Amino acid sequence: MRLETRRLLDRAFSSLGLIAIGVMALALVVILTPIIVRGSGAFIFRSTIEHRKVMFDQWDRGNAGRLETAKAEVAAARQPVYDMLAAFNTELDAMPRADRKPYKQSLRDLEKALAGLLGPVPGERTPVLIRQQYGATRWDRTQIKLDDVLTTEEWDYSDPTALGKLVRTPRVEQFRGTKLEPLFPYVEQNIKAMMQPRWTCYWQFLFDTSKDSHIFGGIGPEVLGTIYLTLGAMFFAIPMGVIAAIYLCEYAREGRVISFLRICISTLAGVPSIVFGLFGLAFFLNTIHISDSKSVLAGALTLSLLVLPTVIRASEEAILAVPRAYKEAAMSLGAGRWRTVMTVILPAALPGILTGVVISMGRAAGETAPIIFTAAVSVGRPLLPLEALSQPTPALSWNIYNLCTEHEAVDEIRHVQYGMVFTLVAVVLLLNVFAIIMRARISKKLRG
Amino acid sequence: MSAAIEMKRASSFAGHAEEDFSLHPAHVQTEDFSVFYGNFEAVKKVNCNFPEGMVTAMIGPSGCGKSTLLRAINRMNDLIPSCRAGGTMTFDGENIYRKDIDVVSLRMRVGMVFQKPNVFPKSIYDNIAYGPRLQGIKNRNDLDEIVESSLKQAAIWDEVKDRLTTNALGMSGGQQQRLCLARALAVKPEILLMDEPTSALDPKATTKIEDLIGQLRGQYTIIIVTHNMQQAARVSDLTAFMYEGTLIEFGATRQLFTRPREKQTEDYITGRFG
Repeated sequence: MRLETRRLLDRAFSSLGLIAIGVMALALVVILTPIIVRGSGAFIFRSTIEHRKVMFDQWDRGNAGRLETAKAEVAAARQPVYDMLAAFNTELDAMPRADRKPYKQSLRDLEKALAGLLGPVPGERTPVLIRQQYGATRWDRTQIKLDDVLTTEEWDYSDPTALGKLVRTPRVEQFRGTKLEPLFPYVEQNIKAMMQPRWTCYWQFLFDTSKDSHIFGGIGPEVLGTIYLTLGAMFFAIPMGVIAAIYLCEYAREGRVISFLRICISTLAGVPSIVFGLFGLAFFLNTIHISDSKSVLAGALTLSLLVLPTVIRASEEAILAVPRAYKEAAMSLGAGRWRTVMTVILPAALPGILTGVVISMGRAAGETAPIIFTAAVSVGRPLLPLEALSQPTPALSWNIYNLCTEHEAVDEIRHVQYGMVFTLVAVVLLLNVFAIIMRARISKKLRG
Repeated sequence: MSAAIEMKRASSFAGHAEEDFSLHPAHVQTEDFSVFYGNFEAVKKVNCNFPEGMVTAMIGPSGCGKSTLLRAINRMNDLIPSCRAGGTMTFDGENIYRKDIDVVSLRMRVGMVFQKPNVFPKSIYDNIAYGPRLQGIKNRNDLDEIVESSLKQAAIWDEVKDRLTTNALGMSGGQQQRLCLARALAVKPEILLMDEPTSALDPKATTKIEDLIGQLRGQYTIIIVTHNMQQAARVSDLTAFMYEGTLIEFGATRQLFTRPREKQTEDYITGRFG
């Protein structure tokens, strides 16, 4: 080939490579940015007085004295709203019956919207559900609730060829000329005084149990569940995988049975995870009754089967990469097969094995399908280690899915979803970083 | 090393005056000993005696089976699945290819130094202590003593005594090879097998290894495979010449190099082939 042609080809390849890497980096940024930005919103956000009330009532956090002062201030700022409502009610009673009627529904809607923003009217009976006992706890939610108070939503389907259109009309229109008319500008102008927004770092989000299906509180049980499941899966998968790899590399005689086994392992690696989930249900729970209900144990066993091929493969590669000379040296000094494996081969193969283990850990932490039928529930408390043998648990991966698809008030818990995704990604990344550091340290020790 | 010394070395044989080596008791003895790789016969019905306390060199062109024969003595060929042996090989009068032989304890009595330095990626100390630890020696003082004496025997103690805990892979190739020798000596073997121990080393490191062989002579039965005929002449008492799996000639080094009995031997040592 001519020199110019070769040069051109080299350049083409390096630029293609750079483009590929660039696209990958861009994709990573596009994926990670919203996760980080919105996910950190679960931890650091502008909280309202309602958040502080929840924290104090449900978790005994915060300064009682200061909270009382703030409550008094807020109550003072809110009082005109309730006064106006009371005045309007008196006005309504004085009206002729026919005039009263159109206001009835509007008033009910307004009261509902106000309760969403400010919580229940002071002095009235406390609602049963915790979510109805408090107003908006986050400033971003406050803005939306405020919109609900100030305007009404209606869908406009007048054009049959197009999708419905959302039309917002100011609620004040419904109350023109009544005593409620000044309420709307008042609420709009005094919202800060009524809610007292303040930047908060709610780091306990990571450890708190959730209240009222994730509307308040944190993701503690989910994080703990994920840790249990991942460690449990590794507890089974690492010994099984490494021993299998040692057997395949060092003990087994190459033959038809062994190559068939290898094909089986590769096939296992390609089986869809939902199939593992169903297998786990059918085998661990329905056949051998490892626990009465779904349990962390059953989930961990299912996950360990899922990652087993990866662990075996990585360990095998690592063991085969150990120089033959080490093995010969050990043998010539009088080491048996077992001693050779334990003292020379495994230590030298450790970095490679570790890589496989960490990839598997990341996968086990993130997998959803295998635990749907075997381990996961949507709401639960943090389990003690022994309870993990018989109890199901919430877990990050499953709850991300569950909150997206089955939660009844999905708008209220967006921040929780993002917080969970953020935490899961962070956990997996941290695991990887940890493994890279470990690997580097061991390799360095081996290289001398 | 100056050319003059090199010449002198090449012309002076390690062997003492002409000795009748057949009077020495055989340490390792083969009878119609053959090694097969699958159907290929790499070593063909070899009969020879390696006398106790002597240095025996094995020479021959590549692929002649000399390394295979060497590795048969501590049964390293067992690692190759298709390899099997025929005939008998005795060590101290005991057939080491008997079914019920304990290969591990055999290997503890036979030390080996390989072509490329193969130190473990461990500290210098742990490299030497590896063999003794396998034998169950755990006492720190005993181990310290063995490590020191082995390193001294391999003439590397002064170079490494201050960095015993550093990784052995940080040493130079020549040092690593001497460390391998020390490691082999630490298990107190009776025989020392050397498979082209200097082929990966520079001339200076080669001299050191050869000097060591000279010092160890008499204490161990040493069998060394080499491609370097000057080396064979310098270090060995006896030389075996192998060709295509067959032992062509075996005798005192001086005699084999100066008055070879076989035509093939003469052709090989005068460089007409191989």
